Amino acid sequence: MAINLYYYASPATFYQLSGKLIPWFGWSAVILTAIGLYISFFMAPTDFQQGEAYRIIFIHVPAAWMSMFIYLVMAFWGAIGLAFKTRLSFMMSRALAPTGALFTFIALWTGALWGKPMWGAWWVWDARLTSELILLFLYIGIMALWAAIDDPQRGDRAGALLTLVGAINVPIIYFSVKWWNTLHQGASVSLTKAPSMAKIMLIGMLVMAIAAWLYTIAVALYRVRTLILERERNTDWVKALVEK
Amino acid sequence: MLSFLFTVIRRDLMLAARRRGDWLTSQFFFVMVASMFPLGIGPDPVTLKLIGPGVVWVSALLASLLSLPRLLAEDYRDGSLEQMLLTPQPPVLLALGKSLAHWLIYGIPLLIISPILGIQFALPAEAIAVLMLSLLIGTPILSLLGSVGAALTLGLRGSGVLLTLLILPLYVPVLIFGAGAVDAAMAGTGAESHLSLLGAILVLTLLVAPWIAAAALKVSIE
Amino acid sequence: MQWASVNDFLSMGGYGLYVWGSYVVMAAVVIIEVMLLRKGRSQTLKLLKRMRNFENES
Repeated sequence: MAINLYYYASPATFYQLSGKLIPWFGWSAVILTAIGLYISFFMAPTDFQQGEAYRIIFIHVPAAWMSMFIYLVMAFWGAIGLAFKTRLSFMMSRALAPTGALFTFIALWTGALWGKPMWGAWWVWDARLTSELILLFLYIGIMALWAAIDDPQRGDRAGALLTLVGAINVPIIYFSVKWWNTLHQGASVSLTKAPSMAKIMLIGMLVMAIAAWLYTIAVALYRVRTLILERERNTDWVKALVEK
Repeated sequence: MLSFLFTVIRRDLMLAARRRGDWLTSQFFFVMVASMFPLGIGPDPVTLKLIGPGVVWVSALLASLLSLPRLLAEDYRDGSLEQMLLTPQPPVLLALGKSLAHWLIYGIPLLIISPILGIQFALPAEAIAVLMLSLLIGTPILSLLGSVGAALTLGLRGSGVLLTLLILPLYVPVLIFGAGAVDAAMAGTGAESHLSLLGAILVLTLLVAPWIAAAALKVSIE
Repeated sequence: MQWASVNDFLSMGGYGLYVWGSYVVMAAVVIIEVMLLRKGRSQTLKLLKRMRNFENES
């Protein structure tokens, strides 16, 4: 088992493997998204309190979940890279970041569009949204650091350290924001107080979340392959590949 | 080992004493930024009391960020940082010493100036006392976290702004509990919970940040 | 089906702007991300090819 892992830790072999995997992940993401959309529009009933506006939840919640999950996976690969000095792990971390940031943006955007009809304001400083905003800042900070460092090895390791620092801080930040939010608001106005979940709504969100995860894997593998080509450009196999 | 720590701190203190100008600009920045807010918002004492703790704390954050690059930039430029890392002394002590020196030079003055700002914002005496206490516990955290950011951005283009981008999200809990403590004192609900949480963050940061900063220094210097 | 008509579907009980604003932006983000990925890859391949040709000539 250990042999297999190190085998695929070689950028050359991983390049071939991921090339074969991407269509599988991509197409399953498409199918699951179709199912999720069907559930969200044609199976989930109208909500008693929020009317049709609550359907945004089928994007907002999965996007928020993904934004946090991707960050943790990024931190994981960064830690592996620091521990084992495998450059592919760092590349994987770099490949995941933009997608994570985009999901954070979608969570914030849909949060605003949900908040306006529900609470009358495009932005509410509830604990969830505020934490998402700070998460977006963390993503942007890491990507800015990578952009500022020319040397790939230094960039890899610095980014990994920063991601880990962020990962340690995220629970502290979330807790402090929640504290801050409950102190400053009398009534608990929260976007997370979703309509009491009919089972079909939960299933819809789960399907969309899995679809998002499959999409992320496909996109990250695609991105990492391009990254591998750049980084390994002086190896024979890349030179041969480019010549074709 | 402790003597190494003290040597690092003493050296930075001596260097800062020779360049008092740098140090003074930081303090003036703190006062000026805080003073901008009433000019932008209005002089009504009720409003000022509301925004006061937050404004003073945000100004402290910004003043800290402004002075952080000075922790390491000079030593990096003339190569002494590399030399210090080459010694057999553990780099974590270097990181810790630098953070503590930064706090002594740039953090404690914020503490001392804060009553003046407190008066500017019409804060009652008890609130000012809590403000000073919250800054006392919070500013070391700012220096410790900041040293991680300074180490990561060492020698990069635009490192000043980049440092701000990286570290501000991490400062959020300190800001929330620091300013929150003063608010709680004014509201009469007591600042103990805020201050103890701040203290817990300080302990955690003290234990973790120097190690990460040391790792970051090694990454940036190689 | 729970929608009485296409119009009902589009208007989402009056919340159409918000619901479709969300779904359309999500779709746009996905499409743009995939497009940028493909452009990035083809640009990298072109650049590497140019570098290779340069090496081969010299």
